[in-house]
Amino acid sequence: MKKTQEYLEESLIKPKTLAEVRAMIVAHKRNDFIFASIGLFTIIFALLTLLILFIDLVMDGYPKINYQFFTDFPSRRAANAGILSAWVGSALVMLVTFLTAVPMGVASGVYLEEYAPKNWFTDIIEINVTNLAGVPSIIYGLLALGLFVYTLHLGTSIVTAGLTLGLLMLPIVIVSTREAIRSIPVAIREAAYAVGATKWQVVLHHVIQYAFGGILTGIIIGMARALGETAPVITIGALTFIAFLPPAPLINEAPFISFEWLQSGFTVLPIQMFSWLSRPEHVFHINAAAAGAVIIMLTLVMNGTAIWLRYRIRKNIKW
Amino acid sequence: MTTTLLKDPPISKQLAKNLKRNFIEHIIEVILMLAALVSSFITLAIVYILVTEAAGFFKDVSIVEFLTSKKWSPLFEDAHYGILPLVSGTLTTSLVALTIAIPIGTISAIYLSEFASHKIRESVKPVLELLVGVPTVVFGYFALLFVTPLLQKLYPELPTFNMLGPGIVMGVMIIPYIASVAEDAMRAVPMNMREGSYAMGATKFQTAIRVVTPAATSGIIAAYILGISRAVGETMVVAIAAGQQPTFTFNPLEGAATITAYIVQVALGDLPHGSVGYQSIFAAGMVLFVITFIFNILGHLTRKRFAERY
Repeated sequence: MKKTQEYLEESLIKPKTLAEVRAMIVAHKRNDFIFASIGLFTIIFALLTLLILFIDLVMDGYPKINYQFFTDFPSRRAANAGILSAWVGSALVMLVTFLTAVPMGVASGVYLEEYAPKNWFTDIIEINVTNLAGVPSIIYGLLALGLFVYTLHLGTSIVTAGLTLGLLMLPIVIVSTREAIRSIPVAIREAAYAVGATKWQVVLHHVIQYAFGGILTGIIIGMARALGETAPVITIGALTFIAFLPPAPLINEAPFISFEWLQSGFTVLPIQMFSWLSRPEHVFHINAAAAGAVIIMLTLVMNGTAIWLRYRIRKNIKW
Repeated sequence: MTTTLLKDPPISKQLAKNLKRNFIEHIIEVILMLAALVSSFITLAIVYILVTEAAGFFKDVSIVEFLTSKKWSPLFEDAHYGILPLVSGTLTTSLVALTIAIPIGTISAIYLSEFASHKIRESVKPVLELLVGVPTVVFGYFALLFVTPLLQKLYPELPTFNMLGPGIVMGVMIIPYIASVAEDAMRAVPMNMREGSYAMGATKFQTAIRVVTPAATSGIIAAYILGISRAVGETMVVAIAAGQQPTFTFNPLEGAATITAYIVQVALGDLPHGSVGYQSIFAAGMVLFVITFIFNILGHLTRKRFAERY
């Protein structure tokens, strides 16, 4: 005991007596507890704030959400207005987005992970993908306005919106494809090569198959983001009053499939919400809340599926 | 027996097939490479479109006026083309957002990474990821119809369109993002550094502040930078709730247009293709692109540094 006391007195540590050391330990433990409480409180506070906001939105929109809301066109009279053209438009735009982003995204992910040589050129493509993921969505809108609308003369149509959102979604698909592929052990590829498979056979029969879950996760997250994006779609000039449906993709005469809908004018869910929100009358704000509740539900379900899927994959696969 | 097999014609057929196989392999590789090049093409296309349209704009407007004039009114008779009011609006809303998001995001990340039990972390992390995916137009609704009316109860003079409400909502919106990225960085700090600290008698708090946080600095800073980039490029929240009047002010209690809100405002109107007003959104977009580009590259580099260290 005495030695400790002497040691403490000689040392450079500030507390000079045992009592002081004890006091210091108590103080430090108190700090620990205080910070843990602050941390827990902060997280609960942040999550509660968001929860209150969502509940407020759903409460506002709840009386409006019924069967009619999904089958009515937008209207000048708030009570009659619905989201028929908006959800049909969203579905068709998402279809084009899916067809644009998924093949290209998966292909570039596969190339960057499996084929690309390690050199400056690959580095540039990589940095470029990272940067694209961080480019504000409205810049994609400007790109689409300059390129698709005025250079390629596609007009403000479903195909323009689909392509724009497809480009926006591309980096998300690329990054998730790469991450999924990277987690597959080299041994799997070596085993396939050993029995005489070519590179493409290895990729197609093994790599893509095993990475499928991870790729799907990225696709769902990307689609959810594209579904909720508003700014780029507004920038291409899509905020107009649309009370009609695009021509049906399936027709009665041969060849039974029509692509006329690609060139049709359209509206999407977030745009419909924005248009109701920017009106001064309060009745339209209730419609906006209802549309918002629908969008939130859709994106939460999609993202939830993706996260659940990822969790399942992590849990089940042990290489 | 073996020698006769080797001389058999099937082997040359096999080789011929290999030639075809190699050719197909080669074609596939080229196709995949083209797909990978699309992303580079997108960046080039963005730069090309912004530069050519902005070049048309700068034929009519001097760069000096663009960068120094404090008045932005391209759509009026008395047209002025100074980007500063839009930049001040963007900076003010972003600053309000970051004042909220950075402290709360950092504390949440430290708590989740160092203090929270496994169960809490595993349930909060997916919720954070879910929240990152909520569309921004919904947050615009919150800013306009929930937060601003609430603030107006505290300051009755607050106008309906102000920068404080959307700034706060944007901050709340970015918290999950910053918390998630910063937490990843802190989890990446190897366990033996913490064990070393505990072995010296340090408490959890001391370890978190003096060992884990310094070791994860670059990752945490990357989270901040990416958060800034998001705040600067955020469109719908400010377009809905911050007002559309370009004003040179740093007072969050006033309403002002941001760069993104201006682009939306012009897109909502019906400007003829090729007019100065139309080209002005590309000039504004270029400023936005350059700002976010710098932050993204900075964020990428700091993040890469922390990834390589351990």
